[in-house]
Amino acid sequence: MFESLGNKLTGIFDRLRGRGALTESDVDAACREIRIALLEADVALAVAKDFIAKVRERAVGQEVIASVTPGQQVVKIVHDVLVETLGASATPLSLAHNPPVPVLMVGLQGSGKTTSSGKLAKRLKEVERKKVMLASLDTRRPAAQEQLAILAKLADVGSLPIIAGEAPTAIAQRAIEVAAREGYDVIILDTAGRTAIDEELMAEVKAVREIAKPAETLLVVDAMTGQDALNVAEKFHAAVSITGIIMTRLDGDARGGAALSMRAVTGQPIKFFGSGEKLDAFEVYHPDRIAGRILDMGDVVSLVEKAAAEIDMASAEKMAAKMQKGQFDFDDLADQLRQIRKMGGFSGIMGMMPGVSKIKNAMNEAKIDERVIKRQEAIIGSMTKEERQNPDLLNASRKRRIAKGSGTDVAMINQLVKQYLQMRDMMKQMKRMGNKNFMRSMNAGGLENLLGKR
Amino acid sequence: MFGFFKKKETDKAEAQPEQEVKQGLWEKLKGGLSKSTTQLSDGITGIFTKKKLDDETLDALEELLIKADMGVATAQKLTAQLRKTRFGKDITDHEIREALADEITAVLNPVASVLDFESAKPFVLLMVGVNGVGKTTTMGKMAKQLTQANKKVLMVAADTFRAAAVSQLEVWAERANCELLTGAENADPASLAYKALEQAKANGTDVVMIDTAGRLQNKAGLMAELQKIIRVMQKMDESAPHATLLVLDATTGQNAHAQVDVFKSLTAVSGLVLTKLDGSARGGVLVALADVFKLPVVAIGIGEGIDDLRPFAADAFAKALCGVE
Ligand SMILES: Nc1nc2c(ncn2[C@@H]2O[C@H](COP(=O)(O)OP(=O)(O)OP(=O)(O)O)[C@@H](O)[C@H]2O)c(=O)[nH]1
Ligand SMILES: Nc1nc2c(ncn2[C@@H]2O[C@H](COP(=O)(O)OP(=O)(O)O)[C@@H](O)[C@H]2O)c(=O)[nH]1
Ligand SMILES: [Mg+2]
Ligand SMILES: [Mg+2]
Repeated sequence: MFESLGNKLTGIFDRLRGRGALTESDVDAACREIRIALLEADVALAVAKDFIAKVRERAVGQEVIASVTPGQQVVKIVHDVLVETLGASATPLSLAHNPPVPVLMVGLQGSGKTTSSGKLAKRLKEVERKKVMLASLDTRRPAAQEQLAILAKLADVGSLPIIAGEAPTAIAQRAIEVAAREGYDVIILDTAGRTAIDEELMAEVKAVREIAKPAETLLVVDAMTGQDALNVAEKFHAAVSITGIIMTRLDGDARGGAALSMRAVTGQPIKFFGSGEKLDAFEVYHPDRIAGRILDMGDVVSLVEKAAAEIDMASAEKMAAKMQKGQFDFDDLADQLRQIRKMGGFSGIMGMMPGVSKIKNAMNEAKIDERVIKRQEAIIGSMTKEERQNPDLLNASRKRRIAKGSGTDVAMINQLVKQYLQMRDMMKQMKRMGNKNFMRSMNAGGLENLLGKR
Repeated sequence: MFGFFKKKETDKAEAQPEQEVKQGLWEKLKGGLSKSTTQLSDGITGIFTKKKLDDETLDALEELLIKADMGVATAQKLTAQLRKTRFGKDITDHEIREALADEITAVLNPVASVLDFESAKPFVLLMVGVNGVGKTTTMGKMAKQLTQANKKVLMVAADTFRAAAVSQLEVWAERANCELLTGAENADPASLAYKALEQAKANGTDVVMIDTAGRLQNKAGLMAELQKIIRVMQKMDESAPHATLLVLDATTGQNAHAQVDVFKSLTAVSGLVLTKLDGSARGGVLVALADVFKLPVVAIGIGEGIDDLRPFAADAFAKALCGVE
């Protein structure tokens, strides 16, 4: 139905093929198309504007990778900004709370709160092995409490007995008491739908929140929501401080720009997708599912990624050889850190080795903290050439000097050295065991250490 | 007069404490609509502190229309018309709002419509739409207006899929004081609809209202199920359904186009209802839909209560949208 933005942009830039860097006027032409595409996808206007400003800033003056066209390069930038804004990885529910952990579901009428409550309960029960109770605070919509009770039965989880005429705040109170008494791990509170400007009902949900003190307050939003998404997210966030978003009806053909709007305006992560009416149609957030839907960029993104990967291939292969020989110094580590930062994940050298894609994913998921990496780069930058090539030289006084030079402290340097030594050992081990056995001996926790994640 | 459907003169006379009710209802409508439109009108007030209609002003105006979900194409079209007739002229804030409202009214006027329940007996009404838009609620509200006008109404709980959909409708049937036909859970909605027509013919029912399960327009199997309901009913009455209403949620953005497009081509939609106008969404997509599909708009929903249904008045909607008093 729609021409993909990927095709449109590559079309605009066709005439530019072969030029070096992207100029301002090239980028302007692209930005007009991006704006229309975002608005057609129901991204709120203010959010679309910020988004375009970011793309422009990143695109102007950027060198075009040999073997791709400027249009393709811009598509890649758009995709990257989109994924960054939406969130590059899933944020798990924070259930670290004394049981029963209260989870509050809020949103507009008909957005899918009740169904999502049932789906979440089923998921927590089956995947996380939690004992879950559902309680409906919806005393307004006819048969809403009965609807949730039926879903509880289908999901095979507990359900708070309905007392006719009880007010939402009283139900919340009772739900928590009963759940505590009966040893539930999680209590999910489904609420009535309300418009964002209904002050009376917003006050009611605030009161519920104060009683329940939820560990998670999830805003449930329909993927077909239009420009109002901005307003809804703002108002609900202001009233009840949401901690995450569930987007429903991803099984439809709406482009789902509301996800970008809501994420941008609240800063809260999208945690789950609803992808059907049945209780198992519930998925953990994944950026690609939503990014490609908001802006259909076709195959262009993977094409540019491949081209970029080819460029890195030469240097990566060289390093892979070095690593496998067990020669690995701080210069190499610095190279690695640069690559990790550039690519927003550990997709460099590791990806070049056979069978390492699992590790690679684990590393991507380990959410590398860019500040930590920058600090580590600064430390390596303050070493002398000899120190970088022969890390064994690093004694206490040298470390103090480096700490001063890099604006860090000795503890940080020790941590980096430890990380380096672990990595070097890992390389040696890899050489000894061969890739296959090595993979088996690894686990994600170890990787997080290596990457300095905190 | 405040109903969403055509009434005979005599019906009007019997309508209840009209003065009082009307006042309350209109207040609510105005309250709802002005809440939902202050943003748009405030925006215009901000822009038009200076008097000349220039490019900058028109761009800002276009953005305001986009923020009301009108879509880029319709927003551009509306501002292009203003440009043609008023560009460079001195114009007051009030005039620009009126000019814009006039343009929107011109687009909406041809689609403002009411249902004529007298045109068949039993008159068969089919409610369709995607999930959660307000099909059941709208049906309940309509049923009440009909029973108050002394119509014999039969509601049919043909949403046999969603949990507690039948119980929900039971409540509405009680509120609206009408009959209800229900089937077993997961029963075939088409045979239930057939049975309803049979029953209605036998006992002199005036209006049969069929509630269906929400379905996304891209689900071929579910759309086929809807077509089957229609086909089976036509075995009993060739002219049924006499109205197929597609319910749209004002919160919906540009996907409303796909909804109308697909439901219209697969189920011969004869009219639209726009719900949830009491919220902060402004329902501007309706202007684009009127422009493209030209389907009658027969009612708007402005709340969850049984009386929160209004006829669709083009000029009032346009004026409210543009903040013209
Ligand atoms: N604020 C507001 N809420 C409405 C309006 N119309 C319906 N609702 C609410 O929207 C929600 C969904 O309404 P339903 O009538 O159950 O919608 P439906 O289309 O039958 O839903 P499914 O059968 O689940 O697909 C309910 O909470 C209604 O109370 C309206 O005009 N304004
Ligand atoms: N297709 C589809 N329908 C959904 C999804 N989530 C909820 N629904 C449907 O949307 C309608 C309203 O859902 P409900 O949970 O009652 O919404 P609530 O009013 O916010 O509690 C129901 O018909 C649900 O079956 C989804 O992810 N996909
Ligand atoms: Mg509900
Ligand atoms: Mg319904």
